[in-house]
Amino acid sequence: MLSRIGAVLLFSVLSSPAWGGSGDVALKTRDWSFSGPFGTFDKAAMQRGFQVYNEVCAGCHSMKLIAFRNFADLGYNKSEIKALAAQYEVEDGPNDDGDMFMRPAIPADRMPAPYANDNAARAGNNGALPPDLSLIAKARPNGPNYLYSLLSSYEDAPNGKEVPDGMYYNPAYPGHLIAMPQPLYGDDVEFIDGAATSIEAVSADLTQFLMWAAEPKLEVRKRIGVAAVFFLSIFVIFSYLAKRRIWADVH
Amino acid sequence: MSANQFKSPVIRWIDHRLPVFSMLHHTAHDYPTPKNLNYMWNFGSLAGLSLAIMIVTGIVLAMSYTAHVDYAFSSVERIMRDVNHGWMIRYIHMNTASFFFIVVYLHMFRGLYYGSYKAPRELLWILGVVIFLLMMATAFMGYVLPWGQMSFWGATVITNLFSAIPYVGESIVTLLWGGFSVDNATLNRFFSLHYLMPFIIAGVVVLHIVALHRFGSNNPIGIDTRGPQDTISFHPYYTIKDVFGIAVFLLLLAVVVFFFPNAMGHPDNYIPANAMQTPAHIVPEWYFLPFYAILRAVPDKLGGVLLMFGAIAVLFILPWLDKSPVRSARFRPLFRIFFWVFFANAIALGYLGGKPAEGIYVILSRVATAWYFIHFLIILPVLGMFETTKPLPKSIAEPVLGGFSSTPEQAYAAPRRS
Repeated sequence: MLSRIGAVLLFSVLSSPAWGGSGDVALKTRDWSFSGPFGTFDKAAMQRGFQVYNEVCAGCHSMKLIAFRNFADLGYNKSEIKALAAQYEVEDGPNDDGDMFMRPAIPADRMPAPYANDNAARAGNNGALPPDLSLIAKARPNGPNYLYSLLSSYEDAPNGKEVPDGMYYNPAYPGHLIAMPQPLYGDDVEFIDGAATSIEAVSADLTQFLMWAAEPKLEVRKRIGVAAVFFLSIFVIFSYLAKRRIWADVH
Repeated sequence: MSANQFKSPVIRWIDHRLPVFSMLHHTAHDYPTPKNLNYMWNFGSLAGLSLAIMIVTGIVLAMSYTAHVDYAFSSVERIMRDVNHGWMIRYIHMNTASFFFIVVYLHMFRGLYYGSYKAPRELLWILGVVIFLLMMATAFMGYVLPWGQMSFWGATVITNLFSAIPYVGESIVTLLWGGFSVDNATLNRFFSLHYLMPFIIAGVVVLHIVALHRFGSNNPIGIDTRGPQDTISFHPYYTIKDVFGIAVFLLLLAVVVFFFPNAMGHPDNYIPANAMQTPAHIVPEWYFLPFYAILRAVPDKLGGVLLMFGAIAVLFILPWLDKSPVRSARFRPLFRIFFWVFFANAIALGYLGGKPAEGIYVILSRVATAWYFIHFLIILPVLGMFETTKPLPKSIAEPVLGGFSSTPEQAYAAPRRS
């Protein structure tokens, strides 16, 4: 009885549409390497996804929460990260003369944003604000599948659907009208490892990278989780046996 | 057990001067407890454990949190990314809040089913409702602290409710906000109160336990214990049973913390608060949804607020609404049916609270809200007068039907030493 009530409550909580699901939108799904209790990130895919972000998205979208040092998670070593950071310029200062100055970034720096502020970003994008992507995979219901679908679902509006100027039709977006022009068409980038560059493949790689950015501790979380659940299961069994034994003289 | 029975001379020496050890011994060792408690009696200790987990993880989180509108969101992300195991501490804090409410709701439904609120345990029940109210306030303010979109807009909606109070409403809202909108002053006072209130809850928990130990636990049969043959000592019987309950609780908590940490949160709260952009649907945390449904069921703002608070106020007078001298639903066939209808109705209210307030959902919310109050204000008093109860057993030790129905005398049995 008790476990039944608990299960019903937990289920009703976890499956209620208030905590997920995006209404009228049917999302494409994919078997992500990071899903499931033993899930891990695909380092090669994340490196490719980072390349896509760099070459396609970074012109408009910031990732303010990510520091260059974090790219160690993608499999880069220290000197590679140093070299990578040095390609970016960040503002520092004030120096001894009281002036702000630009210098090459170091691994401890956060990724610089493409626009100085939100107003500049709006001014450059038809009034729409390109959201920061650091947490985007957790900030949308069913994040990874949503991003994957959004990136690969642009199409011509069906007959009779009016698309205002500066808007684009995307069935994966709630309301179907999105201010972001189609970012990926397939073959947008060339990967060193020769991986596929179809629009689906590139979208999946980018999603992998964005999921890591939103939840960088996912792998260690699941690893500890497996150990914790294993330990606690044994604890449950032994505490039950102890309870049975102690209660034997009452029953 | 008197002080000189402790084995260690150090303990004896201390206890003679400061009798904390004999106090603990009476409270958690000797304490005679009905021998027939089922697993529904595990949720009290689980609620205590939840409070302890919340306080410990909360104190650690506060070390790295910054209560300022410009830094709160990113300080939480700092905890998630840069603080050693900060992600784990925060996910435990977030999800234990939900588990705390699950446990407390089950604890309350147990009390409703077995009539644990009836004489002489009215104050015990009322203190429990006080704890529940304090928990809701604490949880609400805690949800505001990450300063995400739902934090901000949830705070805006809920604090605005007080503006419905005639004459002083607007002043109360200004006082809550510390200004003229939800802003930095609001965040600061919510952080201060969020840190304070768990300790107030802990204080009321102590009173709750003192009141509990006055007459001891109710039990599934709902009749008073009549002597040593009906009881067993708390230790080791209920300590080990509580340990088993805690093991199951921690296992379920671990599954959610490590594999579904955001399932009970809202994705919008990973978007920084933005006063210029209202989310499509503002929903509170899941554990407030039944009360949110009641609030929205009424077309009038003041009426909605009154009904929402009334839904909790009615719990305070419950011991005087249910006049049936029989406690346990096991011997109240009609009450038992109405209890499960009420339970289903409460779940339905929770479901409706998460739906947009439009169309059929509004109508269903009104029906469910009406039923919530009908159950307490009409059905329970009427059942107490007209229900034919089943014969009660003579005692817990001899669950033989004695053929007599309850007598008022048993409800006021002698207090127990504790």
